[in-house]
Amino acid sequence: MALKLRVSSYTHRYAEVVALSDVSLLVPAGSLLAIVGESGSGKTTLLRSFNRMVEPAPGAVFVDEVDVTSMDAVLLRRRIGYVPQSGGLLPHWTVGRNVALVPTLLDQADRDGAARRALERCGLSPSVYFGRYPHELSGGQRQRVALARALAAEQQLLLLDESFSALDAISRSELHDVFADLRATLGFTAVLVTHDLGEAARLADAVAVMRAGRIEQLAAVRALMHAPATDYVTMLVDRARNTAQRLVDV
Amino acid sequence: MTRMAATITVLLMPLQSIAAQGGTPLRAPIVVASKPFGESFLLAEMFAQLLERGGRRVERKMGLGATDVAFQAIRGNRADVYPEYTGTGLIAVLGDSLTSAMRADPRRAFTYVAGESLRRFGVTWLPPLGFENGYAIAVRRETATRYKLRTLSDLAASPARLPAGFTADFIGRNDGWVGLQRAYGLQVAGVRPLAPAIKYEALNQRAVDLIDGYSTDGLLARFDLVTLEDDLRFFPPYDAAALVSPRLAANDPGALVILTALSGRLTEADMRGWNQAIEVNAEPIPAVARRALASLGLADSATVAMVQQEIAGTAARDGRAQGFWSFFWDRRGETLRLAGEHVVLVAVALLFALLVAVPMSLWLARRPRIGEVVLQLFAVVQTVPSIALLVFMIPLLGIGVVPAIVALWAYALLPIARATYTSVRLADPDAVSAMTAMGATPRQQLWWVRVPLSAPVILSGIRTAAVLTVGTATLGAFIGAGGLGEPIVTGLGLADARLVLSGALPAAAMAVLVDASLALLSRALVPPHLRSMATSKA
Repeated sequence: MALKLRVSSYTHRYAEVVALSDVSLLVPAGSLLAIVGESGSGKTTLLRSFNRMVEPAPGAVFVDEVDVTSMDAVLLRRRIGYVPQSGGLLPHWTVGRNVALVPTLLDQADRDGAARRALERCGLSPSVYFGRYPHELSGGQRQRVALARALAAEQQLLLLDESFSALDAISRSELHDVFADLRATLGFTAVLVTHDLGEAARLADAVAVMRAGRIEQLAAVRALMHAPATDYVTMLVDRARNTAQRLVDV
Repeated sequence: MTRMAATITVLLMPLQSIAAQGGTPLRAPIVVASKPFGESFLLAEMFAQLLERGGRRVERKMGLGATDVAFQAIRGNRADVYPEYTGTGLIAVLGDSLTSAMRADPRRAFTYVAGESLRRFGVTWLPPLGFENGYAIAVRRETATRYKLRTLSDLAASPARLPAGFTADFIGRNDGWVGLQRAYGLQVAGVRPLAPAIKYEALNQRAVDLIDGYSTDGLLARFDLVTLEDDLRFFPPYDAAALVSPRLAANDPGALVILTALSGRLTEADMRGWNQAIEVNAEPIPAVARRALASLGLADSATVAMVQQEIAGTAARDGRAQGFWSFFWDRRGETLRLAGEHVVLVAVALLFALLVAVPMSLWLARRPRIGEVVLQLFAVVQTVPSIALLVFMIPLLGIGVVPAIVALWAYALLPIARATYTSVRLADPDAVSAMTAMGATPRQQLWWVRVPLSAPVILSGIRTAAVLTVGTATLGAFIGAGGLGEPIVTGLGLADARLVLSGALPAAAMAVLVDASLALLSRALVPPHLRSMATSKA
């Protein structure tokens, strides 16, 4: 029961600055859309509109074909997993308590069990990590905990805001694997904001390239790589290819 | 003296007739107050001992901060009797000025001041005690000799331009320096405001050459100073008398009769001697008061015997010669009692500050617009000088412990509120935003994230407030709240550094102790992972 997402003619302004300009898109249930762009391109604003951290106006955002503004924001957010770049774990809570956050908010009976299962899925042994504090973990482990927290209530939609960007290359690659496996197993829908086209190619079904509040191109990964629609997308693709090629040449 | 005696007899007559009808003594103790200088302490203590001998219960509130504090207390029945001077009554209390008729005859001044005080404020002036303690301009003996100064007119005529140090009070008043300078055409080399206790030392150390003093000051003798005669009679008469509250006058006329036993009995020479015993020899005030009353035949035989013993003891050792530590050790019981009072002042004020500031700041943290305004209001309270805040409280709350606690409470609000408000608002934005995105309500964010993460900062705000309050509480003594400020205020009034230190050192020790124990408490309360987080962030 993964959720389908739809955005229709959404424009967003921060004071005088237009962050999003007439954006429309569709994320089929169970797929992963990567939103790629530079800082200030509007990608995070778009991501945050799905859980009403920003309000779409004018325009509309639909989760499972229901206009998000018609839903209670708090209840909506409890259905959607969220993984920020920094992890955003509560430093004074144990890993177990952090992961059990949404089951606790939902007042679920076996919140600890849910937390243990989620940790297990993210490759962290609950018997080792459940009682630890975030500052006792490595950066990669902290992001795994954040991922586990986003999944502990069996959420069918995950929002990932540069979730892997701050990690070292090895941890990032490991976490990419973990995440890809999780998605294959659980089948949730996901939106990933990233500035790294390589990461998008690795994880996503479709990529939306954003620039100055507009979508430059929205396409399946392969289509985008082989047929960039604008000069800007061409440049991004070339740059990603060159980086990869340089590694091959070495 | 005979003029005064005549006045006294006239004024006494109605009182004696009331006393003959028999007034019922007050149920509450009679509150005897004084202002913070030696003579005021002594006279008040004499009033207190006389009343006790007359079978009245007495509560002593010595060393009230200023004329304003003392007079407001009497007027509002928060204190019942304190010694005051006609000139002060005329100018500082009534806000009137000296007429030429009063200049010619001090009795007119007294009659006017007594009549107006009763009419306007219901406050009774008992017949004058018999001596005058007026303003005097003093110089070192060598200065007087070198410039041949005997009168203020001599000073005006002299080419000398002397640097002056006056009480702040004296500088700005028309009956003080402003008027004096005009009346004589005096010229000086600058005027510095100096605290009464520092003034004499500054003159002695040649930091200034000219000070204002009082004609019966024991310190004049201690530093061998010469007072310049007010040959133009510029200064108003400062006849000392007891001021009585409306409550005491109405309910216990007998007490007024007891107090008038002193009327017309005290001479300037006597007062200078007793003031010297207090200010120069550092004899205990109650002992000097007993001796004074005994010498006037106003003490019972047991007291007289006690006085004789004390005189023998005093002869054996000079009060000032005693070293600080042995003086301090002798006072240890008293110091402990005062420290206890101090702790109560601080603890109650802090507790109420916590109860108000913390919940309010949590509420305000989500309403930053109102929050900033409220915190700015607290900051304004902080800028009001402590003694002024205490004076503002008198009409509302009188004198004593309650207004002192209210003032301390008001001062403690800002550090606690600022720390709480700011730390709660700025608590780990990543964690708070993640909480929001996962569907925590604002209330859950507050109690699960913001408050626990702010705990170390809130506790440090409380520590700051506690240390400040321990220090500020010493000022409570100015409005009769007791505590470790009491020896400080008395010591300043008597220019007795040992007495000041015997209050200031324990207060400082208490501040250090409070800070250290709150530091320990916060270590115990803040869980280790937050502590390490705080250090890694810093």
